[in-house]
Amino acid sequence: MNNIYTLPTAAPRQRPIYMDYQATTPCDPRVVEAMIPWFTEKFGNPHSRNHEYGWEAEEATLIAREQIAALIGAEAKDIIFTSGATESNNLAIKGVATFYKGKKNHIVTCVTEHKCVLDACRHLEEEGFKVTYLPVMPNGLIDLDLLAQSLTDQTAIVSIMAVNNEIGVIQPLAEIGKLCRERGVFFHTDAAQAAGKIPMDVEAMNIDLLSISGHKIYGPKGIGALYVRRRNPRVRLSAIIHGGGQERGMRSGTLPTPLCVGLGEACRLAKTEMTEENTRLTSYRDLFLSLLSDALTDLHINGDKQSRIPSNLNISFAFVEGESLMMSIKDLAVSSGSACTSASLEPSYVLRALGVEEELAHTSLRIGFGRFTTEEEVRQAAASLIAAVTKLRAMSPLWEMVKEEGIDLRTIQWTGH
Amino acid sequence: MAYSNQLLDHYNNPRNVGSLDKMDDQVGTGLVGAPACGDVMKLQIRVNDDGVIEDAKFKTFGCGSAIASSSLATQWLKGKNLSEAENLKNTDIANHLALPPVKIHCSILAEDAIKAAIADYKQKQSQKTTAETPAA
Repeated sequence: MNNIYTLPTAAPRQRPIYMDYQATTPCDPRVVEAMIPWFTEKFGNPHSRNHEYGWEAEEATLIAREQIAALIGAEAKDIIFTSGATESNNLAIKGVATFYKGKKNHIVTCVTEHKCVLDACRHLEEEGFKVTYLPVMPNGLIDLDLLAQSLTDQTAIVSIMAVNNEIGVIQPLAEIGKLCRERGVFFHTDAAQAAGKIPMDVEAMNIDLLSISGHKIYGPKGIGALYVRRRNPRVRLSAIIHGGGQERGMRSGTLPTPLCVGLGEACRLAKTEMTEENTRLTSYRDLFLSLLSDALTDLHINGDKQSRIPSNLNISFAFVEGESLMMSIKDLAVSSGSACTSASLEPSYVLRALGVEEELAHTSLRIGFGRFTTEEEVRQAAASLIAAVTKLRAMSPLWEMVKEEGIDLRTIQWTGH
Repeated sequence: MAYSNQLLDHYNNPRNVGSLDKMDDQVGTGLVGAPACGDVMKLQIRVNDDGVIEDAKFKTFGCGSAIASSSLATQWLKGKNLSEAENLKNTDIANHLALPPVKIHCSILAEDAIKAAIADYKQKQSQKTTAETPAA
């Protein structure tokens, strides 16, 4: 088994295969094409009311709003343009908390949220708000009973992400939305990794605020959107950025027409192609996993096996440290599940929240497939990973102890440092 | 993270990967680090009757710097006597590989592994002497 695979020798200067689609995606060429006129001849300020330059730009942003809204079952007027999902999440959480401060002072979120949600909540704690950080179950999903118990008459907003950026699990959005609606609490979801990947419907799921990122869905960087429900119930929020009162006063600043058009086109393409794309990505994911598990033992897939998007895999390769594994797969652009490349030496907070043992968390990789992934790339990635893991396990003292000497690693007195 | 050519060379072509018989009296074994910290090094030396390290092997679970540090350590150990080996410093390893500051601990771990292997060898020798001396 060990001799079948050798490290592929990449041609000089050949770029690594991109398998980090959760970090960002390339702009779809069709999106770029749609954007280009809005940089040059159609450069008007969409807020100019007095001439054609302004009118055509405003109309373009309106079409973009409709395209974004259509992706999530909303109306164009519900869409606020922002600079990206980080701003959308900040505006949703801080904006709602601040607006309703006089009446309510409690926020509920989850420990595996993106840093921008967690940091916005930490900031609000310093301002005097109370925040409940829900734990997750070992499969990465929240416990709905715990969520129900955490809600009080002081709870203003629940913020739970739709799809996790590290492990790809899908939270039970409809159930969360139903619960929040029954209890009169606003439900915000960070859908940066979900919009365009899974069907989202703000009505069916009772979502009151929803964050979208352009560059996660083959759109441009520097643009995002926030859905803010206008009725049943109406959501109000305090602006963070003040100025000309654009975006219903919730987000001032001149709209970047080309970026808005790009995000709109990206949403349109995602809606049109989602079913076909998911079918293809699922077959790639299954192929990749079967190639790996035919050649390697002791693989652990982190996160729920069913409730997940097809384009993400977070795998622990037991007995092989993540950073050295990344160094051995130079022909692949992936992300280490562990943050060991920083000074902290601490594995990912998401994996730790799942209760993944620290030694396994140190052995994790996040692999992301996407629109431009090919079957050939999937096969090459699997071959490369198999060769690297096989080589590194052959030089791993842990592999030797467990597999060749039958030692239980938990019985060893380690000299931690 | 940008690594030096020396480090990449030791990572891509690690020297002396493998194991020596840890039950052998002439072999000293050092096992340092912890899986939960993300690095574990096993370093072994075989010492001949003249007190010279004639062979050294390692296996390492850890980042590229940890693997390179232990590879370099085994290379330097070969041919040294025990007191020379005891004087190998983590700073020598760190300088040779141009380890970035956040990776200095890898060279410290390698020095710990050398010391642990020598200590294990010495303990075996003293036990052997004790065993060979008839009890009074």
